[in-house]
Amino acid sequence: MSASLEKGVRVLKEVIDAPIASYFSSCVHCGLCAEACLFYTETGDPKYTPIHKLEPMRRLYEQEYTVLGRLKKLIGLSKAVTDAELAEWQELVYNSCTLCGRCSVVCPVGNDIVYMVRKFREGMSASGNAPDGIKGAANRTITIGSPMGVKLPAVKAQMRHVEEDYGLPIPMDVEGAEYLVMLSSMEIMNFPEYLGAIAKIMHQAGKTWTLCSTAFEATNAGMQIGNSDLARVIVSRIVDAAEKLKVKTVISPECGHAYTALRWEGANLMGRSFGFKVRHIIEVLGEFQEQGLLKTEGFETDRLTFHDPCQLARRGGVIKQQRNLMNMVSKNFVEMPDAGFMNWCCGGGGGASAIEEGEELRLEAFKKKKSQLDTVKPDRLVTACANCRIVMEEGLEHYQMNLPVVGLTEMIADHIPNPVVAKPEGN
Amino acid sequence: MGELQFLTWVRGTGLNLAISIFLLGVLVRIIEIYSLGRKKDLAEPRSVAGASGMNTVFRRSIPADGMLKTSPITYIGGYVFHIGLGVVVFLFAPHIKFFQDLLGFSWPGLPSQAVDFAAVLTIVALLLILIDRISKPVKRYLSTFQDWFTWTLTFLPVLTGWMAVQHLLLPYTTMLALHILTVELLLVFLPFTKLFHAFTVFGSRWYNGTVNGHKGVAV
Repeated sequence: MSASLEKGVRVLKEVIDAPIASYFSSCVHCGLCAEACLFYTETGDPKYTPIHKLEPMRRLYEQEYTVLGRLKKLIGLSKAVTDAELAEWQELVYNSCTLCGRCSVVCPVGNDIVYMVRKFREGMSASGNAPDGIKGAANRTITIGSPMGVKLPAVKAQMRHVEEDYGLPIPMDVEGAEYLVMLSSMEIMNFPEYLGAIAKIMHQAGKTWTLCSTAFEATNAGMQIGNSDLARVIVSRIVDAAEKLKVKTVISPECGHAYTALRWEGANLMGRSFGFKVRHIIEVLGEFQEQGLLKTEGFETDRLTFHDPCQLARRGGVIKQQRNLMNMVSKNFVEMPDAGFMNWCCGGGGGASAIEEGEELRLEAFKKKKSQLDTVKPDRLVTACANCRIVMEEGLEHYQMNLPVVGLTEMIADHIPNPVVAKPEGN
Repeated sequence: MGELQFLTWVRGTGLNLAISIFLLGVLVRIIEIYSLGRKKDLAEPRSVAGASGMNTVFRRSIPADGMLKTSPITYIGGYVFHIGLGVVVFLFAPHIKFFQDLLGFSWPGLPSQAVDFAAVLTIVALLLILIDRISKPVKRYLSTFQDWFTWTLTFLPVLTGWMAVQHLLLPYTTMLALHILTVELLLVFLPFTKLFHAFTVFGSRWYNGTVNGHKGVAV
């Protein structure tokens, strides 16, 4: 056994817990999880059946944690997990799984399959079997500060542009602000409108907020790769910043996995609960809307539909807010089939969009989104995740569908009247 | 061994052996699975009505939105044979008599014609899901020796029981002995195969419901 395999096996043995043991013992090979997985439905290839993606971990579980399995191993009746096998499984555990969690909500015996894939990735990563694309993103986040290599000067440049364009200050490192606003690289590089939208919304709501110079990046490739040590380092930057600035709430950007990393995995990675709250921007907007702090003008009149990011809706429980917000600014909002809790993934979540060699498969899987869109034929597609947005833009372009994709936060901000800002004295 | 001796063995030594292995197996499996424990979830919980382990234990018996249409044979066949097995095993008067001797208490059963009907339905449903397993690429791909073996273990007691009642093929005594033997085989293998889902299904649904319920997601 190679040293890396040994490490992987050790990590896998650590992550196998009672739920996983119960899940493996319950599977009856009914294959229903395949019908819930877009990588199976769009390719028809049975190797993409979700529970099959866990086969090496299942065998290891059996060999290490069951009396009968240990007996079989002792007399040489069981097949050991090998390097070659794990290498072969990379495509199944990463490229063809976006951690969307649809399989986990259909399994009739109740197996939380995505919970197991997340844990299996720990072993895959430890044994050196994570794809280079996500590994690179994770390493850049650790060394440079962001998966796309964005550094603080780039953020500051964006801040200046937004301040000029919107006439509103973008606060940084303000102690005692109510909200610490996190960004994703994608928003810094491709969608600067997001930052402007936040400024407008916070200004109208009369809330104090700040960015942080030591923690502006919320995405967590460490979690996607399945390396809890890296994930912890990335999360701890944000936790340190939130505690240093004494904010009440940290706002996850329009990014599904950033939300999961901060909201649900963060405290567990750190091994302690937080003194501040973590909310997705859509949850915050929902609260503002309920409290009457969000006052919009006018309506979009073209046909709009909403793509639910998996980590926000099915994995994060935020489903109603985005619909209330859509209806607040739209007269013609239509739902795709399966929208909301059962929505289909864009095909690039869970780090999959960072895997170059997975592109062909990703575009194949996008046919599911295409068929959903073909049913409602919208004029524009709204979402609340920068990664979904990029992945869908690529898919739409590939299938030559002329459909603009917009972020919900900026669409809401578009309907907030521009503030009348007093010019600084002396000008 | 004559057929009477055979019947005596399966009713005595065989039965004791099978029940012992079954009970011990169930105990060992439950302990080896659930003693692994799990870490406490430290994330701030979000409480939502209907999002809990207990809710999922029940809710998961109903197909998720849109799933019935994609896999009708799996669902309908599954319902029919599970309910059918329940009726045949627990509501057939001679079985209730058997449980009474074993446990000391009894319950009302169904008329034998109704049980007979349930047995036929169960046999048909089991055959249907077998054909489905052979013909559907995903199921065939997932299937190992254990899947075919456990199907046989489940099918034989129903078939032999029904044939014994109907006096088909073999003399009643022999068929009854075969029936009891196949039930004993089922009991012996249940804890160590996927048939153990009969026990772990509750734990699995509960964990899934609890882990996601912590996030306020009703799965």
